[in-house]
Amino acid sequence: MTFSVTSGTTGDGRTPPPGTRVECGTLAEGTFMTSRTNRFTHPLAKATAVAAVCALAVAACSSSKKAAAPASSAASTPAASAAATTSASSAPTTAASAPASSAAGGQLNGGKPVTLTWWHNASTDPGKTAFQKVADDFHAANPNVTIQVQPIQNESIKTKVQVALQGTPPDIFQQWGGGAEATQAQSGKLADLTQLTSSWIGQLGKSASGWADNGKQLGVPYDYHVVGFWYRTDLFTKAGITSPPATMTDLLADITKLKAAGITPMTVGGKDKWPDAFYWENFVLKECPKDTITAGIAAAKFTDPCFVKAGQDLKTLLDAKPFNTGFLATPAQQGAGSSAGLVANGKAAMELQGDWEIPTIVGLVSKDQAATVEGEMGFFPFPSITGGNGEPGAALGGGDGFSCSTKAPDACAAFLQYMTSAPVEEELVKANAISIPSNGGATSAISDPTLQKVLTYLQGVSYNQLYFDQALPTNVGNAVNDAVSNFFAGQGSPQDIADSAGKAATQ
Amino acid sequence: MASEGHTTTRPGQPVPGVVPPARQAPGRKSTRSGVRQRLELLLLIGPAFVLFVGFVLVPIVVAVYYSFYKWSGFGPLNHPVGLGNYRRAFADTVFLHAIQHNVTIALLSLFLQLPLSIGLALLLNRQLRGRGFLRLVVFAPYVLSEAVTAVMWLMLLQPDGFVDQAFKHLGLGSLVTTWLANTHVVLYTLFVVITWKYIGFGVILLLAGLQGIPTELREASALDGASPWQTTRRVILPLLGPTIRIWIFLSMIGSLQVFDIPWIMTLGGPAGASTTMSTYLIDKGFQSYEFGYGSAVAVILFIFCFVFALLYQRFALRRDTAGALTRMAG
Repeated sequence: MTFSVTSGTTGDGRTPPPGTRVECGTLAEGTFMTSRTNRFTHPLAKATAVAAVCALAVAACSSSKKAAAPASSAASTPAASAAATTSASSAPTTAASAPASSAAGGQLNGGKPVTLTWWHNASTDPGKTAFQKVADDFHAANPNVTIQVQPIQNESIKTKVQVALQGTPPDIFQQWGGGAEATQAQSGKLADLTQLTSSWIGQLGKSASGWADNGKQLGVPYDYHVVGFWYRTDLFTKAGITSPPATMTDLLADITKLKAAGITPMTVGGKDKWPDAFYWENFVLKECPKDTITAGIAAAKFTDPCFVKAGQDLKTLLDAKPFNTGFLATPAQQGAGSSAGLVANGKAAMELQGDWEIPTIVGLVSKDQAATVEGEMGFFPFPSITGGNGEPGAALGGGDGFSCSTKAPDACAAFLQYMTSAPVEEELVKANAISIPSNGGATSAISDPTLQKVLTYLQGVSYNQLYFDQALPTNVGNAVNDAVSNFFAGQGSPQDIADSAGKAATQ
Repeated sequence: MASEGHTTTRPGQPVPGVVPPARQAPGRKSTRSGVRQRLELLLLIGPAFVLFVGFVLVPIVVAVYYSFYKWSGFGPLNHPVGLGNYRRAFADTVFLHAIQHNVTIALLSLFLQLPLSIGLALLLNRQLRGRGFLRLVVFAPYVLSEAVTAVMWLMLLQPDGFVDQAFKHLGLGSLVTTWLANTHVVLYTLFVVITWKYIGFGVILLLAGLQGIPTELREASALDGASPWQTTRRVILPLLGPTIRIWIFLSMIGSLQVFDIPWIMTLGGPAGASTTMSTYLIDKGFQSYEFGYGSAVAVILFIFCFVFALLYQRFALRRDTAGALTRMAG
């Protein structure tokens, strides 16, 4: 089915590239990978972290040299590059045929040949081929801009980028926005794209502000994600549940029904911590007004009592004991014993996850079961609670994007404009390289019914709050995840969760 | 190892069983051979020295330097905090627990893994049918990488997985718990996995030690009327002393640094119940972009290992390694 091979490219950090998963969805692969791609998630990679960094530094240096060499030689002797010469002489201004050149309004990089290295995490097909085509098409329209594509395995790209930012960064690289982006910006090596994107960033909706820091647009998203409950319609039916819960009271009642039917109601990947945090964050969205959340994240401090209330709501849910046996050690996405795997194999009824859940689940069952399992999956938004001050339409989510180095920002921005333009994103959706495109004009290309439902939900939300751990500075985000995860293990209090951010921020 | 042996042995020192070449005799005064000797030293020490400095000494010094700053890993070091990172580490209960976990693993190794290794080694040193095969079985886990071991056990320990089923079939179903999710049990589960992985190494080391004990001694004690137990207790074990002391040394350092297995199996969780100093350091340094603080933790870990190593060398290994690894007065 379409999803089985979606998003080698997604992975807003949370999702491993399902393309990889499908291709080698073996025991070992499944188990090695820890969930979030934007973390340094490959345990193996982690295990060899220190050595890896050295190796990566070497790799980064050599790759930047590789990138620099053709650029400089081309600059000194433009005739050296046959392609550049022919295209440049034949049609320096006909590039207007591509959407890319429209914003630049002239020649990119002053018409001088330039080679941009592009690090993205679509290391497997279909994303790999689709992204290569985007780069090739852009080069065809802008012959002086050569994009040297370097797909990098999803699990290692974050560390690689981080190391590269200490030296010469790639010119276009994976970016998940928020506090991590702000941390990276401290290196001074991220281009400020505010001016260059102002004319067209509006096409990508309000969520694009997740890639802005202090009003500076430092990245551009090409797809979006949203978190909600993914459930097995067959198991719900078996437990006598006719429609998905709309309120927390409904949800608690359904948990009781599922338990009575001998079905594990929920799974959660407690080992990875961030799935735990999804619960707390969703309760915060229900309890706190948008401004309170925005201010809390900006100050990296959650002082409003509504944050404590969110923890109390979480306590109510935990007291219902809805989760799978041993959920504290359950990984989110690796293997049949993971939270996604338990849902995939019909051992549990639902899970709070992002829209990468479907490709993940499909990758965790045998190929002949994939279509059936996918057919059984349904989606419902996080249920409402009574008396909360949050906006009813608030959603939790994120997305994938790219940042630019300062080498040739105009060319890079033009490339990102081209990539996120409606026609190109439509192609990417059709190629299953992305799930939910950032450009609203490309959403008509989505054909999967469940995903269409998610899209409808996403289009109806009043705002899509970036996952807290991504929105906050990384160390603060991790501290919050730790606190919530401790709470799942029965340690700490709702107050401790709320305090964890401020405490980490001042350390 | 061989080349290190060369480089750390004083050239003039006679090697047992090898007749020292004449020119190395004490008191020689030949400029030509002196130059040649220096060249030899340079050639032999040079590459190792460069690597050692580049990948061991410099990183240590740099880590110490970073540890005095609050630093996200990007940009200049412009936020000195003095000893703040160290104070923070020793005020963080998660880190204090991590130290406790390391010490627990070290002590368990000493009091459970060591006797078990010695027992197995003594057993496998006897003439028994299928000895080669049994030795292979015991040693095989050691050949696996840590990552493979961890992933394999992770699957065996799944709720209702192989281990749980095995317990149930053995009539021990009541003992089954969530091995990795129970905060009171997880550390011991990991210890079992670590023991399974490393027992083979200890056994091989001790077997080698046992091979070095002349059979004449055993025969002599038997002739003197010593029981097999007395022979083992009074003759074999004392002679195995140097090997045991080396094993303890390696095991303690390993216990202080244990990382791969906890990291892959539990990520130090749940709720920090299996965090070790190393997983804590990676969690803070790399996962949270707190490189200054991570460096401070790394330095603390280094100091622990270093102090232990020094004390152990000085007091326990002194006799065993005199002249080889150390140059005690004389």
